[in-house]
Amino acid sequence: MLGRTANGLYWMFRYIERAENIARLVDAGLRVALTRAGSSDEDWHGVLESAGVREEYGQVHADMTAANAVDYLLRDTANPSSVMSCIEYGRNNARMVRTALTRETWEATNEAWIDLKARLSRPLRAADLPDLIDVIKRRCGLIRGAFHGSMLRNEIYNFSRIGTFIERADNTSRILDVKYYVLLPSISQVGSALDNFQWESILRSVSAHRSYGWVYDTEYQAANIADFLILKVQMPRSLAYCYEKIVSNLGYLEADYGERHKAHETAAAIKATLKRGSITDIMDQGLHEFLQDFISRNNQLSADISDGYRFYQ
Amino acid sequence: MLTAENHPRPPYKTYHEWYAAQDTAHLIRKTQDAENIFRRTGITFAVYGHADSAEKLIPFDIIPRIISAREWRKLAQGIEQRVLALNAFLDDIYHKQEIIRAGRIPRELIERNIAFLPEMIGFKPPGGVYTHIVGTDIVRTGEDQFYVLEDNARTPSGVSYMLENRETMMQMFPELFTLNKVQRVEDYPRLLRQSLACVAPPGCKGRPRVAVLTPGIYNSAYYEHSFLADQMGVELVEGSDLRVIDGRVKMRTTGGYEAIDVLYRRVDDDFLDPLTFRPESALGIPGIMDVYRAGNITIANAPGTGIADDKAIYSYMPEIVEFYTGRKALLENVPTWRCSEPASLKYVLEHIEELVIKEVHGSGGYGMLVGPTATKKECEDFALKLAARPHNYIAQPTLALSTVPIFVNKGVAPRHVDLRPYVLVSDKVKIIPGGLTRVALKQGSLVVNSSQGGGTKDTWVLED
Repeated sequence: MLGRTANGLYWMFRYIERAENIARLVDAGLRVALTRAGSSDEDWHGVLESAGVREEYGQVHADMTAANAVDYLLRDTANPSSVMSCIEYGRNNARMVRTALTRETWEATNEAWIDLKARLSRPLRAADLPDLIDVIKRRCGLIRGAFHGSMLRNEIYNFSRIGTFIERADNTSRILDVKYYVLLPSISQVGSALDNFQWESILRSVSAHRSYGWVYDTEYQAANIADFLILKVQMPRSLAYCYEKIVSNLGYLEADYGERHKAHETAAAIKATLKRGSITDIMDQGLHEFLQDFISRNNQLSADISDGYRFYQ
Repeated sequence: MLTAENHPRPPYKTYHEWYAAQDTAHLIRKTQDAENIFRRTGITFAVYGHADSAEKLIPFDIIPRIISAREWRKLAQGIEQRVLALNAFLDDIYHKQEIIRAGRIPRELIERNIAFLPEMIGFKPPGGVYTHIVGTDIVRTGEDQFYVLEDNARTPSGVSYMLENRETMMQMFPELFTLNKVQRVEDYPRLLRQSLACVAPPGCKGRPRVAVLTPGIYNSAYYEHSFLADQMGVELVEGSDLRVIDGRVKMRTTGGYEAIDVLYRRVDDDFLDPLTFRPESALGIPGIMDVYRAGNITIANAPGTGIADDKAIYSYMPEIVEFYTGRKALLENVPTWRCSEPASLKYVLEHIEELVIKEVHGSGGYGMLVGPTATKKECEDFALKLAARPHNYIAQPTLALSTVPIFVNKGVAPRHVDLRPYVLVSDKVKIIPGGLTRVALKQGSLVVNSSQGGGTKDTWVLED
């Protein structure tokens, strides 16, 4: 396969994944605004930060309002991580690697672009937001479904999956890092009402506020939330799950090519850290430091994959 | 569809009965469905110079054009004869030039032509094939009466529409395909791959590696390039993906550089190799012509084939066919005035309102004048251009083109069409039964190009 095609697939799936994650973040932000007494527009700072665009937002909007933040995150094409931008880049990459995709996968991507472009081309009304976020998630789900149901399990599949999980790991770690301080052990160990809101919002931004209850006590606890999102292999947006997948997809590529690269070592080392670690150790060493380190190693892996498999644009 | 006595013509008989039983509102909905299918699939093209319409749909008409098996056989024989003559002509003008020596074609018409590539002189492409893929543009003027408008021998486009139109019709009206026995077009990508593999360089061992070369996603025909690569199961590459290494053309893969044996290029000659042709071309591969001449890659269609579909050469096609096949051409040429000849120029200027005037090297329906539908002012302006550079133009009469029905909101209406059947040449000639029917959607219009508002429809060749 062309290095350009592999690169295109990798980024196509990173962008599709990012679009969906941004939609979740906005969803969580709206939820907080709805349910928490005394919530303010300032809460959107955290959401923009989780999306990695807080500074960029400041260059476009002087003040922080919910409407501006939502607009910036969902439809502003000046924001390279807005849902609209992600869908546009994702679809452009898909168009470039069209021959590597099944008709179903391409059509789901193209239809997502057609539909969301129409919906996001006009200013948003608050009343339409829940529906819109639903559509974004559903569209991304359709792409994923078509991809799973129709693609050959070969190198194309593996590069696409690796893109998905590198992006997802990055997103989950950023969500945690922006709110790491609310997860730090407090004296009482039992969250205040405020903590509960913050914690639920974290879980909600990874669609885990229900599944949390299946794994832990229904009572939110900071350490459990961190454990769930970092170490729990059963949780599909946790760092540990992402690295299970990345290592196994890289393993298929290794078998395919009969060649092992630096990327394989990097990924194995990150996976080992996640497997060995206990949440107490991580919290003791410093959650923020742990997450910062993880984000930079995840970026390193992305660069190693790109080198090893000769990606280019 | 109907004869002068208002009876359906024989190939349309079954379709006509089916159509009569349909409800118009239902068919209007189907037209909308078809548009949705095309949009979802991304079957789009770009019109250069329209910023707001980066990706456009070609209008699709839901009424098929139907050709009887008998009429098709006649047409196919004529096309085969013509395509064989084109290849013999190309081989001749790049080798012995017997047709020039025999005085049948003026030497300067070939050698001063920009489409003539001196680099090809004395070189025999693998398998001796120059035009691997040809799309012959044909119009019908009456029962069994066909004229060839153009022989597209460089990189004919539109075949993806032929395939998608059929796919769409089968999806929307499956019952029509049980009522009518329609010959298959779906094999085209498979046949194309076979045909390309068959003319791989002689040194190629094992299964030849085929790739489609596209100028990229901003090219107007990008959809088609990706479609064909996908359907054939071969790589789609751009110039920047390829490099000449150790005398081979290689592509940059995730596992290192890998050699290509056959390149189906959808890039014009001029842009193919910046070392040989346009130095500023970023679409091509520096040094590919050296690899080609060393016999280490097949380029389809061969560089330099454009000389065969040049509009000035076109007027000599009857002589060319006769010279190489020893028989009269089965398909008629449209009478053509070469404006470079003073007597013809005089005639053309005097009859400008009756003629279609085209640029010798033009394509896509740009830069032409359709006398009968042009205003007086347009004719006068065009006459000035014509008088200034007469050698740049040819003129043809407007033919009494037959029409086919298209579906409009009130029912059916007649429109002019042409037909582009696709021909594959390797060790044999294969003609896909059907082709692309292009429709001039504007009432009375004769211009079918998609860049000028033309549409397409499915084309059926019935079985006996």
